[in-house]
Amino acid sequence: MVTPFHYIIVSLIVFSIGILGVLLRKNIFIILMSVELLLNSANLALIAFSRMNADLTGQIFVLFMIAIAAAEVSVGLALVIALYRHKEEINIDILSKLKG
Amino acid sequence: MFEILFFSFLSVVLIVSSFLVITRVNPISSALYLVIVFLALAGLYGMLSAGFIAAIQILVYAGGILVLIIFVIMIMNLTMQDLLPLKTDYLLLISLSLVILGGSLIPIVLAFSNFFHLRTKEISDGFGSIKEVASILFTKFIFPFEMLSILLLTAIIGALVIAKRKL
Repeated sequence: MVTPFHYIIVSLIVFSIGILGVLLRKNIFIILMSVELLLNSANLALIAFSRMNADLTGQIFVLFMIAIAAAEVSVGLALVIALYRHKEEINIDILSKLKG
Repeated sequence: MFEILFFSFLSVVLIVSSFLVITRVNPISSALYLVIVFLALAGLYGMLSAGFIAAIQILVYAGGILVLIIFVIMIMNLTMQDLLPLKTDYLLLISLSLVILGGSLIPIVLAFSNFFHLRTKEISDGFGSIKEVASILFTKFIFPFEMLSILLLTAIIGALVIAKRKL
């Protein structure tokens, strides 16, 4: 018997992997993809809770989240392109101008 | 029995390929592993009787967002000097911090309520079908839905303005 608990545990593990990707990697593309992992693990938890309560609101929420993720990725990639044009580098260590 | 087998297969694929996403040197291979992550997630959504969301997940994520990411990586024309390899001692660090993170998050979830004793409620036949989702989306959530179209329009214009060489 697979309960919603199992889905929540899987979603937690994927969330931890996503956080580690954001924290440890220097490549800006992989950081963007880790943010996608974070969003997707949240979606999985939402759908599991939606199934648990037999309420479709969670699924509607996930639909909205997918659209917002598409907007976020397009703007993020535009920023990466602008950055690459400016600095010729995708390593985020060079982005230290705002550092105090 | 079949459900447990299917669930464990999909979650193992999901966790292993998301671990591979954050450890590859080349962003293209990460993007390809991310496709597998999205497909496994779509399978899990299907198991949770969210068939429409599973279809949307494959269409929008695997078909749209991933293609966008791969196109931008190809535009950059990266050489091997641009790509920093992940240091080998990082792998141990990653595995250790995964254990710590997972170990600290799971008690939080356990503390909230007794998830082991939760049973899923009975659902009607059409739960998660296009008809059911649409009948809520276009009545109760019509205003956020329209707001979403404005958000997408703003994102299109914003992306163009940011990425354009000269305005």
